[in-house]
Amino acid sequence: MSRVTSRSSVCHVGRGRTFAAVATVTQQPAQRGAPNTGRFSSSVVKKAVMAVSGIIMILYLIAHMIGNLKAFSGAESFNEYSGWIRTIGEPAVPTQTVLWIIRLVLLASVVAHFWAAYSLWAQARRARPVAYVTKKRVQQSFASRTLRWGGTIILLFIIWHILDLTVGAVNPAGGDTTPYERLIASFSNIPITLFYVVSMLLLGLHLRHGIWSAMQSLGQTNRRRERSVNALAYVVATVLTAGFLLVPLSIAFGLID
Amino acid sequence: MNLTLKVWRQVNPTVKGKMVTYHVTDVSPDMSFLEMLDVLNEQLILDNDDPIAFDHDCREGICGSCGLMINGIAHGPQQTTTCQLHMRSFSDGDVIDIEPWRSGGFPVVKDLVVDRSSFDRIIAVGGYISAPTGTAPEAHSVPVPKQDSDAAFDAATCIDCGACVAACPNGSSMLFTAAKVAHLGLMPQGQPERDTRVLKMVAQQDAENFGGCTNIGECSAVCPKGISMETISRLNHDLLGALRAGAVPAS
Repeated sequence: MSRVTSRSSVCHVGRGRTFAAVATVTQQPAQRGAPNTGRFSSSVVKKAVMAVSGIIMILYLIAHMIGNLKAFSGAESFNEYSGWIRTIGEPAVPTQTVLWIIRLVLLASVVAHFWAAYSLWAQARRARPVAYVTKKRVQQSFASRTLRWGGTIILLFIIWHILDLTVGAVNPAGGDTTPYERLIASFSNIPITLFYVVSMLLLGLHLRHGIWSAMQSLGQTNRRRERSVNALAYVVATVLTAGFLLVPLSIAFGLID
Repeated sequence: MNLTLKVWRQVNPTVKGKMVTYHVTDVSPDMSFLEMLDVLNEQLILDNDDPIAFDHDCREGICGSCGLMINGIAHGPQQTTTCQLHMRSFSDGDVIDIEPWRSGGFPVVKDLVVDRSSFDRIIAVGGYISAPTGTAPEAHSVPVPKQDSDAAFDAATCIDCGACVAACPNGSSMLFTAAKVAHLGLMPQGQPERDTRVLKMVAQQDAENFGGCTNIGECSAVCPKGISMETISRLNHDLLGALRAGAVPAS
């Protein structure tokens, strides 16, 4: 009992024997930051924003993938489809109205998705200030691990993709061409095709975990639905990736020209 | 058997810690992991060295006090608590890395001991029900559907050990908070505070420097009580429902 502190009192228990009653003092550390009550400061709400914006983008991707397959019915059909997107709703609404509504909704989705991702990434960094010396993965999937940097590459891909095939600024055939000409010019080029293929594979991984995560974030999964939600994630991810790869690979291998 | 341990030693919260190597000899395979550390500590005390500080209490796997990162897995290679892990899970000559739980919400106090009072504060803001005190009411007066009571009991098995946080790549305490929210929110007695509970507990968890959930599932895989990812979905569902119902957490 040599470590009796000033807080301890020494009690005498008969025959000169003593014991020290060591007071236990619980030191309550100051609370680290007051809770934020703002709706969008909640990490769960951020996840819901991520889920909803993700679902909007997936719906667009399905339509986009189906549209791409027009490349198999020839230049005329493909260019006509591209023109139709710009004239939907005419003459009730001016040219490109519907297209711009779609573009603005997508832009809002991308911004919301990115904001939620960045904000959660920053929170996760604060949540592990000291890294483990040894850390093993118990069950996490490759897809779940690649979500953050995979998403960043997909964002860069989208920017390049718009400059290439929509605007034509970085297209080998230039901007003053038909959509079909730009399509053929891009995918006759091996480095561009490879970048596209890598991005689509990352998109597939992103969707594999993203769809499951979105359903979970919106509180729609449970033990009974777990298998079907995972199956849905696999099917949508595979169909979209394969569908998007079909056209560029067909051009690269000379099936379409 | 003989083992080499690499243990995180840190004098106090402010001093930077490091891994220190120790050798333990004549370890019985029947020892628990904590008993093996006790043997090492006795040796350290005899050598006038500072014994390794680690949390433990019941050593029966029910109190949630113990918890170590063993070779990079929370609670080690078996899905149980550290005290219920036995040395037969290791073999002679193994090198074992032992680290404390790591999260912004769990600052290291000393060596392998972390301050988990952040969990207490999450519980304090919403982990309760309002029930009249006095004589216990007749248990059959409030019927609870069997399905709900089973799910609530599953969630209630959480022992607050913090392995979910330790294993999470985001350092998130979501499985813990979700277990509390599901445990109380499924019972009829927990309904009055259901909406505010989930909002307050999530807000507190965010404020305690825990990360956000990205549904990876590492937490559930190391949880000694096997609490499922379904619990997290239930929390998300409750929180979005509470916001739709217009509940605002009183600060």
